Amino acid sequence: MGFPVVKGTAYALIQATEMVFHQGTTQTSERRKNPESEHLKKLPEHLRSFQDAVSYPPNQVYIGNMTPDDLKDIPRPWYQAPVPGASRHGKYGEIMPEDEFLGLIKIVDAFDLVFLEKGFQTQVQEKIAAHLVLGDINGLDKLSKEPGDAEQIKKMVDDHSAQPLLFAGKLVGCVKKAHEFDEALSDHVMFENLVSKASAVFVLKHLLAKTELQADQVEYIVECSEEACGDMNQRGGGNFAKSIGEICGCVNATGSDTRSFCAGPAHALVEAAALTQTGIYKNVVVLAGGSSVKLGMNSKDHVKKGMPVLEDMLGTFAVHIGENDGVNPIIRTDGIGRHKIGSGSSPQAVMTAIVADPLDKLGYKIPEIDRYSPEMQNPEITEPAGAGDVPMANYKMIGALSVKRGELDKKDLLKAANSFGMPGFAPTQGHIPSGVPFIGHARDMILDGKINRVMIVGKGSLFLGRLTNLFDGVSFVLEKNSGAPQETGFNKEEVRLMIADAMRVFAQAFRGE
Amino acid sequence: MDLENQARIKELTAKYGKDDLIVVLGGAEAEASGLAAETVSTGDPTFAGPLSGVSLGLKAYHIFELKDEIDPAVYEEQISMMEMVLEVDEIVNEVKTYRG
Repeated sequence: MGFPVVKGTAYALIQATEMVFHQGTTQTSERRKNPESEHLKKLPEHLRSFQDAVSYPPNQVYIGNMTPDDLKDIPRPWYQAPVPGASRHGKYGEIMPEDEFLGLIKIVDAFDLVFLEKGFQTQVQEKIAAHLVLGDINGLDKLSKEPGDAEQIKKMVDDHSAQPLLFAGKLVGCVKKAHEFDEALSDHVMFENLVSKASAVFVLKHLLAKTELQADQVEYIVECSEEACGDMNQRGGGNFAKSIGEICGCVNATGSDTRSFCAGPAHALVEAAALTQTGIYKNVVVLAGGSSVKLGMNSKDHVKKGMPVLEDMLGTFAVHIGENDGVNPIIRTDGIGRHKIGSGSSPQAVMTAIVADPLDKLGYKIPEIDRYSPEMQNPEITEPAGAGDVPMANYKMIGALSVKRGELDKKDLLKAANSFGMPGFAPTQGHIPSGVPFIGHARDMILDGKINRVMIVGKGSLFLGRLTNLFDGVSFVLEKNSGAPQETGFNKEEVRLMIADAMRVFAQAFRGE
Repeated sequence: MDLENQARIKELTAKYGKDDLIVVLGGAEAEASGLAAETVSTGDPTFAGPLSGVSLGLKAYHIFELKDEIDPAVYEEQISMMEMVLEVDEIVNEVKTYRG
């Protein structure tokens, strides 16, 4: 059976500038406190066009048209260095404009909560019907039926019983609440969950279109966003995974949702690896959609500093984990890093638990890993907000840990950090930047023989849930496949022979007596 | 600075008084550490939290400044790696400016 492998990946982005303004929590909090705030007045001037989002270098890296290393050669600010001839279509996925995404939200809505104004609905129906990946999607016919009435939509939004859906400054639809007073089914929760579901559907459709995986071959889906779906009696009951697979025709799949803040995807990938290595399922997909509430999270600082609001992208990813095929990079399940409950919360304790300890198990030194992919947040987004360059801070920490372990000379710390590090390129969508954005690039680089091994690191801030002050982190190593599936588990034939031998010995002894 | 933390610091100051209380910061960056130091001394400069316009007059120190007060084994285990990584002088100088 051997170690499981990464068979394919997909990455997609959706530009959602209207959602930045109307649903991002920085803006909704501001509106609640001070509806006349300067920030809310100035923000619209800082929102960028779809073409600007497409030609933004980090977004091109995310969808696979450029590599993270290409970013090193582009001087910052990247928002002033558009990629010439940039396309919305990428090797791993696509960048979608907001109007098409609103159509997709209606397609994935199973409870008639989404209304789109007639003219707008017709326009997006035509676009999605002609879309290369979405043209055959289940539920496309919903865009030909029951259009919303503009006046009714406005009334529901004004009554606060529905979240507004806007495109280019115009109200074109709404998502209404799913229950009279259940807060877990309120309009804003339903909006958030439908955004997450629709964007995950988008990336799964890309995975199925761009890789050899067929929808009916998927046996399990692990969804790992940061949303919760359920009603007031089971607020996080689930199940996003099956709802996403349903739309994409994964008729043979079941699935479940895994949560651990930003570390969720790393946990989910370890679970998927275990499910395939044990043979329980042959093909497992780990995926997550984007988060509407995080849009424009740092926009106050971006506006203050005269920058475009770069947090206008919903991020999504999907990774296909399968049985060892002797070709694709393996996941070294014999050296999974985990931040234990007793590990301690200082950065040093965390890095030791999730980087040094698993490498000790595998017999590698820190500099022997070609690339590390920790939280790959785009520094152009985080630096103006005072959070610094997150990937670089992680690389320096990994380097410093290596110095402390006597594997690296202190004077070479920065050089090492630059060698196993890369510029961050992912949108600040919590679970999205956390280790996973590099898996597609890593798979390609390993298959091309450019590198041999990569460590994916996911970290999560559990204190945000106010149940514990613990930190969280999980890591695993992706490695070049040696070509021959390695036996790591139970071998039936071998055990049969051992039992036969033992019986023979016993029979001989018995006869001897 | 986190709004919850502002509220907690405000409460603790009311309970213990400013003379017997210092704030220990662990910020990874000078500007953010300075902002926290400013918030607990002269008030929240962003006017977002409970310390907006509230001058508690608390003294803030970054953990790097307290190295001599800490058991060397604990410092080695908990802080030494970050001391190698962060801009220690820049952070300390920024925090100091808010102690008057």
